[in-house]
Formats: sequence, structure tokens, C-alpha cells
Amino acid sequence: MSANKESWGSRVGLILAMAGNAVGLGNFLRFPVQAVQNGGGAFIIPYLICFLVMGIPLLWIEWSMGRFGGKFGHHSTPFIVDTMHRNRLWKYIGVFGIWTNIAVASYYCYLESWTLSYVFHSIGGTFAGLDQNGVSAFFNEYVSLGESTFGIPYEPIVFFVICLLLNTWILSQGLAKGVERVAKIGMPLLILFGIFLAYKGFTITAGENGAINDSSVGLNFLWTPNFDELWSPSVWLAAAGQIFFTLSVGMGTIHCYASYVRSKDDIALNAMSAGWMNEFVEVVLGAAILIPISIGYLGVDGVTELVNSQGGLGLGFRTLPYLFYQWGDVLGAVAGVMWFGLLFFAGITSSLAMGTPWIGFLQDEFNWRRKPAAWSFGLIVLLLGMPTVLFFKYGVFDEYDYWAGTVSLVVFALFESILFAWVFGMNKGWREITSGADIQVPNFYKFIIKFVTPLLLLWVFIGSLITPKGGDWAGAFANGWELDDSSIINKIKNSSLKRQLAEATDPEVIQQLQDTLFFVNASRTLLVAVFLSIALLVYIAYKKRVREGRI
Amino acid sequence: MLSTILLVTGLMSYFFYRVLNAPPKPEPDSYLDNDDEIERQAPRA
Repeated sequence: MSANKESWGSRVGLILAMAGNAVGLGNFLRFPVQAVQNGGGAFIIPYLICFLVMGIPLLWIEWSMGRFGGKFGHHSTPFIVDTMHRNRLWKYIGVFGIWTNIAVASYYCYLESWTLSYVFHSIGGTFAGLDQNGVSAFFNEYVSLGESTFGIPYEPIVFFVICLLLNTWILSQGLAKGVERVAKIGMPLLILFGIFLAYKGFTITAGENGAINDSSVGLNFLWTPNFDELWSPSVWLAAAGQIFFTLSVGMGTIHCYASYVRSKDDIALNAMSAGWMNEFVEVVLGAAILIPISIGYLGVDGVTELVNSQGGLGLGFRTLPYLFYQWGDVLGAVAGVMWFGLLFFAGITSSLAMGTPWIGFLQDEFNWRRKPAAWSFGLIVLLLGMPTVLFFKYGVFDEYDYWAGTVSLVVFALFESILFAWVFGMNKGWREITSGADIQVPNFYKFIIKFVTPLLLLWVFIGSLITPKGGDWAGAFANGWELDDSSIINKIKNSSLKRQLAEATDPEVIQQLQDTLFFVNASRTLLVAVFLSIALLVYIAYKKRVREGRI
Repeated sequence: MLSTILLVTGLMSYFFYRVLNAPPKPEPDSYLDNDDEIERQAPRA
């Protein structure tokens, strides 16, 4: 008998928790950079189309799969997918829904701990006297475990552990009293902070407080459509990819949250409400902060260079704290607290979701109580996360992010869309989506879920597997296929690293690249070992079920 | 830009409004907070 007797406190709480699961750091740091790099305002067209034909269908698929599995007492994907077809191999596909969360949480909690630390540094005035280079140098010093202004030895590790303890303690309090309560506080605060910073982003005036551009320059840079880009497969791939990251689909967290919903209760409207809340945070708030504020003070060329060299993460941590202080010491500190505060709330509402599938699995299959299950999650994430902290400069963090936070999502989403529409069957699937629905689900979504979504996912997967050099698809078809270093195949082969190694002449650089190669391969081995261990646990749980006559 | 912002904000508000105004379902439902609300209790057979 399962020890899992959890429930959500309220419908609004569930939607906020689900929206919090979706809203992450990527809404503020990744989306605006993707938009800038992929056609500005034109990016929003493929982005919204992908949301309608891939994002919403996947939300409905995952909500209904979760609620369906919940009827049989399952709260994690291995046994949720197992209930949908008699082939016993499906549960091993479901391992992705636990593995992804543990692996992503391992580096995500570290990232989250940066935001927490930066909140305190903003309050403490660390960035007050620093110029742009000083703030950037502080970040480098921080991630290389150097000394911080607080004088705490190994400060990043301390904040990482604090962050993990906080996550674990909240998870141990249960769904309604822990996860939901944090979402009810965190999401409104996140939106409030976001609105304040978006207002500042919209009202920058050239000549005031050192600004060199009006906010309209940054907003135009972000939103002016470059319609030539609209026909580029790379732009569509980027849009589809962004939909994945932003909605947290293909992870197993939505299944888990939805498995606590009874079959007579709505999921169709809940999914739309949480999904559009995420879009609001991303498109309206996310687009109004990072790029417009940066361009207001640094100009288009300066920000383009920073985006290309540092990405959104670098811009958010290395540059914005300095720019906030252009508004004065007090407002600079307040804006810093709000910016890193909203990133922290975005992060913690997502990392809490990552803990629930593992906890649900232990409760369902091994009768663990909530508290020890939550602490076991914290311990695993600590052990698996330490390499990302200690060997950050060797690319361990990026490796986790690529395999667990990128490739795995597409693979699992592809499998689950095929399972739902073709194996479980579209008619049964449609009944699951519409059962208890508080909205009329448009019938054409039957066609979209059955054909468009799986095909789009297949295209995203193949497109990522064999991305042509420079994203030049037309050139690849015409002149022969040369793989880009970002393609999955070249990633597996470590093509980029090996080429750098072959070209390097400086012994120090060669040593650094050799070490990086070692840590990259070691990270992959570790991730595979974790996957296989979870698969073994699923096998043991299955045998236990057979012994107990539950299958 | 403005049309996208208005569209996304409008749809978010609309769906959230629909959630807040959805007719309540009889107990037992999925949520703990309304367990004791009298109007939600299913009539006894």
C-alpha cells in the first residue's frame, strides 16, 4: 500500500505551483537572448505557433497522463506510463521523468544559490562601489570559489548547501503545506518584482542617470521583426526549444503534480491557466527587463557583444547589478534585491517541482514517508551537484545542462506524445483531456495532438541530432552535410574540444583542455550511472509489485 | 510588440478569471481547503 496520501490545498494553489514549475530563470535570462539572436519580433511568431501546436498539446498530454496514473496510485512517470500500455518496457522510458529532475536539480540548485547569494550581496551593498568590470570580476571570483566580500570561505558551496536545505525542508512539509505555500508567496512576489523592473525597463530616458538610449531603442532592438529569419529552420528550432524549456514539459514534473488531481476535476482549464501565466511572465515581463535596461546604458553594440560572449546568464549576473546602481545607491540595491529575488522565486518554485517525482516514487513503491524521501532527494542532489560546483570551469555544469536539461526533455516528450496519441490511443486520450473540463477543448486539437505535435517533436529531435554547420540548412542540402559542433552527434564525439586541443600550442591551454575533456566524459558516465541506477530501482519496484500481487 | 503583450496578458487574465469563476464541484474533490464548505458536500444517498 502506498504511503502517499498527499493532496493539493486549493485549485489556485495548484495552478500557481504548476506555473511556478514552468517559470524559471530561463524566462528572464534565456528568452530575451533567444529573441535577439533569432529575428527579434519575428521570433515571437514561430514561438507562439510552437506554443499553440506543441506547448499546449504537451501540457494537456502531461496533465492527463498524470491524472490518469494518479487514479492507480502512481505519482512518478515510470509507473504512470506503465498503466497506459501493457508493454513492460514503457516504465523504463518513464525513468527519464525521475532522472531528468535529479540531474537538472543538481546544477539548477547551484544556479538558484547564486541568486540567493546575490540577493544578500545586493542588500549588503557589495556592488555599490564597483564598475562594470568589477561586477564581472566579482562573478568570476565567485564561481571559481574565490574569496567573497562576506569573508565566508567557499561561499558558493555554503549558499548551495543553504539552498538545498531550504528546498529539502520545504519538500518535507508536503504538497499543500510546503510546495503550494511557497508558490502562493513566491509567484505573486515574482510578478510584483517583475512589474516594477519592467516599468523601469519601459521608462529609461537618454541622458538621465547615465543612460545613453531611451528604452524604446532596447525594445525596438528586441521586438523589430526581421521577417527574413522567419523561413530559417534554425529559428523554428530555437523557438520550439524555448517552448520546451519554458514550460518544463518532457520532465515528468507536470505528471507528478497532476497525479494528485482526481479524475472528475478539471485539467484542461488548469493547464491553459498555468501555461498562459508562464507566457505572461516570459513574453511580457521577461522581455522588458534584461535587454531594454542593458541597451539603455550600454548601447546596442555593447549588448550584442555581451550577449554573444556571455549569454543571458552573464548579462544578468555580470552586468545588471552594475546598471541598477545608475539609479542611485538605494534604488540600485532595491532593484538588485528585486531582480535576484524574482530569479530566486523563479528558481525555487521549479526546483521544488523537480523533487516531487523522486519523493512520489519512493512513497508509492517503497512506502517511504515524505520526510525521509525528501531528505534523500536533498542528499542525492548534493552529491550529484558538488561536481558542478567544484569543477564548474571544466564544463561539468554545462554538460549536465545539455544532456539532462536539453536533450532528455525532447527525447521523453517525443516518446510520451507517441505513447499518448498512438499507443494509449487518441480516443481514450481525448476522453482523459476533456473529462471534468471547465472549458470546451477545440476538436482540432485531436488532430494536432495525433499528428502535428509528434512530428514537430521528431523534427526538433532530428534537427538537434544533425544540426548543419552554422545552422545553414539550405547550404547543407546543396553542398553536403557538415555537422555543427552544437549537434548531438558532434557533442557526443567531443568534436569542438578535440579540435581546440589539436590547434592548441600553449602547454597550459592544452592541460586545461585535457582536463575539460576528462571531466566532460566523467560527467556523462556519472549521468548514465544515475539513469541506470534509477532503472534498476524501477525494476526492483516492479518485482515487488509482482510479489505483492499488485500487477 | 503592443499587440503581443496585450494578447498574452489578455489570455492569461481570461483563463485565470475562468478558473476563479468555475462552478464548484461536489466533494470529495482534489483540494483540501474546501473540504468543509457546506455547499460543496455531495447530497447523501
